[in-house]
Amino acid sequence: MASWGEASQSRLIGKRIARLSGKDKVTGKAKYTFDINRPEMLYGRILRSEVAHANVTDLDLTRAEALPGVKAVIPLTEVGRKLRYQGQEIAAVAAETDDIAKDALRLIYVELEELPFVVTEADAMAEGAPQIRDDWKGNQSNPGINEDGDVDAAFSEAAVTVEATYHTPVQTHVCLETHGHVVEWTDENNLTVWASTQAVFGVRNDLARRFELPANQVRVITEHMGGGFGSKFNAGVEGLAAVRLSRMTERPVKLMLTRKAEHLVAGNRPSMTQHVKAGATRDGRLIAYDMRGYGTGGISSGAGFNAPYVYHVPNRRTERFNVAVNAGNQRAMRAPGHPQGAFAMDSLMDELAEKLGMNPLEFRRINDSSEVRQAQYTLGAQEIGWHRRNNVPGSGTGVKKRGMGVGSGLWGGGGGRGTQARVTINADGTVEAVTGTQDIGTGIRTVIAIIVAEELGLAPTDISVKVGDSGPGLPSGGSGGSQTTASVAPVIKTAAAAAKQKLFEHVAPLLQAPVDDLRIGTGKIYVASDRTKTVTWKQATGQLGQESISEGGNWDQELRQGGVAGTQFAEVEVDTQTGHVKVLKIVAVQDCGLAINRLTTESQINGGVIMGLGQALLEERIMDPQTGRMLNANLEDYKVPGTFEIPEIKSIVFDTHRKVTGVGEPPCIPTLGAIANAVHNAIGVRIRELPITPDKILTALAEKKA
Amino acid sequence: MDKFSYVNATSLKQVTSLLSDSGWGEVMMIAGGTDLLSELKEYIETPKTLINLKTLPGMDSITADASGLKIGALATVADIAMHPTIQHHYTVLAQAAASVATPQIRNVGTLGGNLCQRPRCWYYRDETVNCLKKGGDICYAIDGLSKYHAIFGGDPVYIVHPSDIAPALIALNASLRIAGPEGEKTLKVEEFFTLPAANPFRENVLEPNEIVVEVQVPQPKPDTKSFYLKAREKGAPDFALASVAGVFEMMGKTCQAANVVLGGVAPAPWRSAEAETALTGKMINEAVSMNAGAEAVKDAEPMNDNAYKVTLAQNLISRTAMMAVS
Repeated sequence: MASWGEASQSRLIGKRIARLSGKDKVTGKAKYTFDINRPEMLYGRILRSEVAHANVTDLDLTRAEALPGVKAVIPLTEVGRKLRYQGQEIAAVAAETDDIAKDALRLIYVELEELPFVVTEADAMAEGAPQIRDDWKGNQSNPGINEDGDVDAAFSEAAVTVEATYHTPVQTHVCLETHGHVVEWTDENNLTVWASTQAVFGVRNDLARRFELPANQVRVITEHMGGGFGSKFNAGVEGLAAVRLSRMTERPVKLMLTRKAEHLVAGNRPSMTQHVKAGATRDGRLIAYDMRGYGTGGISSGAGFNAPYVYHVPNRRTERFNVAVNAGNQRAMRAPGHPQGAFAMDSLMDELAEKLGMNPLEFRRINDSSEVRQAQYTLGAQEIGWHRRNNVPGSGTGVKKRGMGVGSGLWGGGGGRGTQARVTINADGTVEAVTGTQDIGTGIRTVIAIIVAEELGLAPTDISVKVGDSGPGLPSGGSGGSQTTASVAPVIKTAAAAAKQKLFEHVAPLLQAPVDDLRIGTGKIYVASDRTKTVTWKQATGQLGQESISEGGNWDQELRQGGVAGTQFAEVEVDTQTGHVKVLKIVAVQDCGLAINRLTTESQINGGVIMGLGQALLEERIMDPQTGRMLNANLEDYKVPGTFEIPEIKSIVFDTHRKVTGVGEPPCIPTLGAIANAVHNAIGVRIRELPITPDKILTALAEKKA
Repeated sequence: MDKFSYVNATSLKQVTSLLSDSGWGEVMMIAGGTDLLSELKEYIETPKTLINLKTLPGMDSITADASGLKIGALATVADIAMHPTIQHHYTVLAQAAASVATPQIRNVGTLGGNLCQRPRCWYYRDETVNCLKKGGDICYAIDGLSKYHAIFGGDPVYIVHPSDIAPALIALNASLRIAGPEGEKTLKVEEFFTLPAANPFRENVLEPNEIVVEVQVPQPKPDTKSFYLKAREKGAPDFALASVAGVFEMMGKTCQAANVVLGGVAPAPWRSAEAETALTGKMINEAVSMNAGAEAVKDAEPMNDNAYKVTLAQNLISRTAMMAVS
């Protein structure tokens, strides 16, 4: 049975190893799609709707076409069509310079008949609201209703009940590198695309289908990628426009989204509103749960969330629906549905525990069936110093009050089939590992090098890893669902093992030993039964002569496993005069199976915590009911955490087994509830609506006082 | 941004004569450009000519002597924040400058630019919204989203003045020197800023052909304590939800004279005579400082989303007064 071996036997796997591309990234040598420039390249730009809802009544591109330096203008809508949100595409241009392209956009004549719009959930659900989707009745989807157990009976047995409404606003992805492509037709039938994507092969197949090309005539390259978080799986309107512009002009075209467009149209995490009632027994068993909830994914649906979440409730009824508004579509965003669900559930758990007069951690222990999380609660509580929390919320003295909270999460991350890889050993001793996955910043390049190096007795820097290129024709899936490592690692491992086996066959005659008596040492091959018989790596590969060894692998399911548990503890300090919340420390205990690279696993956890912190304290898409516009489609008023917001983060890689599991998404889940509960513990008032900004704190404190 | 011609300034005379050829917006001045460039990129401003002030000689100096401080309008925000004399004797000013934006912006943003910067209002900064400040009919913040807007002096435009340095200068009784085609004049920084009732389109009294040349600050009395407190949602970069510049002449725990100026709450830096009166001649303690805060906000007129600023301004004033005795 295949295995990753014992920890004590591992030279590299499970250790802390700096990412191979780190130096290139820090020095700017790493080239992102944004950095790619091709000879004769044109610059693409997209004209977008500035109104939330309108009919297109006239569209005239001629003035833009006539501007010197403009090489092509294409419509992306047509007369008679509807524009249904700010940012929707109207036309695209390609020009000699980016400045000319910008000027050209302003010369496009578009006449609109403006229509009534709704941009908030409340307005969309109000009586008499304008209908904004043709396929729905009103602006609400048909509800999905689920019921288990006997909810009404359970409520009558409950000793305490809590009824509350929780809300999380729309959050945008804020990819540091905006969406976009550099497109080049190398000849009439061959297309090369540098894409900022999470799915090199996904984009290849997308483009091949839409432009009716054989898939192997489309090459997609993503050497480095500046963040996707679930929003970058397809070529998108902007990618297709770039390919069309490039084909028309027979010139390469670069088309990257502006920061404003990135907020408006490149996806977002849907909002969530939950009206919940829950009940527990005197001895702390959560027995009844009734939830009616909704969210908006903009003009599209898909605003799902997990409710109830993590904790077991035997009797539960849930009703959920989508609300349509005139705003850009949601897309998958880091653990879709989970952070929203976790915030509501963990807040609810604390409210119930308070009513029961029970320590919220004890209340969780009673209702959490995960043995892993039970162990994590113990470890996390110890790390944060849970005994220091206020037994009575808000009982601290002074202007700045401290408090602690806890939150939980779960995820899958077991990977899937569909990755092909090749590990090549050359006669000069060089080793190459190639697969069509992509390193979206999570460190899979380094993970691959570690696995191959471990197998072959080399250093990670000895391995030349080629990812992010569909050219070699070795497909891999998109990097989503925390699936990359668990999908790729088993294939790399078995490919490296196969290559090693082939090398043993070449070396066995030299060492005068049977193949199965050979072993890899550090930089050498030796005979297990007679350790004096050894050859260096170079001597061994020298046996290959004019040949190379090149082996594929297979997705051995024994090497991976899905399902992780996590818990986080937060300590905060709330300035009761300014309403400012400072997070002092987060302890993140994250189960993730075998951490192939402990250092980048910790980085993943750090990143998740920071993203969760942003959602808890700062981030919100602000839509203006008056103008139908997003008022903060920038990074001034759409606030993401900066250096001053980052607390001490204790990322604990919680080892549970030695099979590979993805961990990209889960660490962003428990942070919201942990922080919200810590704020309540600090000041004794509960903020049920994220983000927890100073205005909400000050208002809540004033209400408490009154 | 639209095309413009770019002229390097050689003298104040040349600058004011270039400016005087037109009204607002045709010819504009650029120094650090940290505000203007974003206005150009968003098509909020579309000048035909930009005058580069960075080529004016000697206008970036900071000199300090017993009579006070002289800061050229081209001195950077970072120069002010890190100047040892300013840190020591004009603490409120150094603290205000240090609270501005980010190191990169402080390194290029200038004193003159900081005082003359335009509002951050999200309606004003949106090209497609023709708000009252830009010549339209209404201030959208009135019925719109007003979390970051004014609680004092708004009518009819409810922007807040974004400068951190201006409240500090007013609290220090500073003056500024303005050059125009007819020569120079000096006026108090406090008189420089105007409310929208007087002029909804501008935030100060500068004429289209005038330029801020220098700021002069009298040296505070030896027993003066001064502080700048800035509340914001994010550590940096972020503009103030509310801020306060407090300058207190102390004798022991007694406040002999107080200057209290709020930022981020009104279309101009908002001097609180009520807070000053409540503190002057008093032994500063918790009750007195709380009362000063309460007095300062008693006439506040919060909008739909910004009642929290009333509490915030009140608390910041109390806190800064208490800092004078701690």
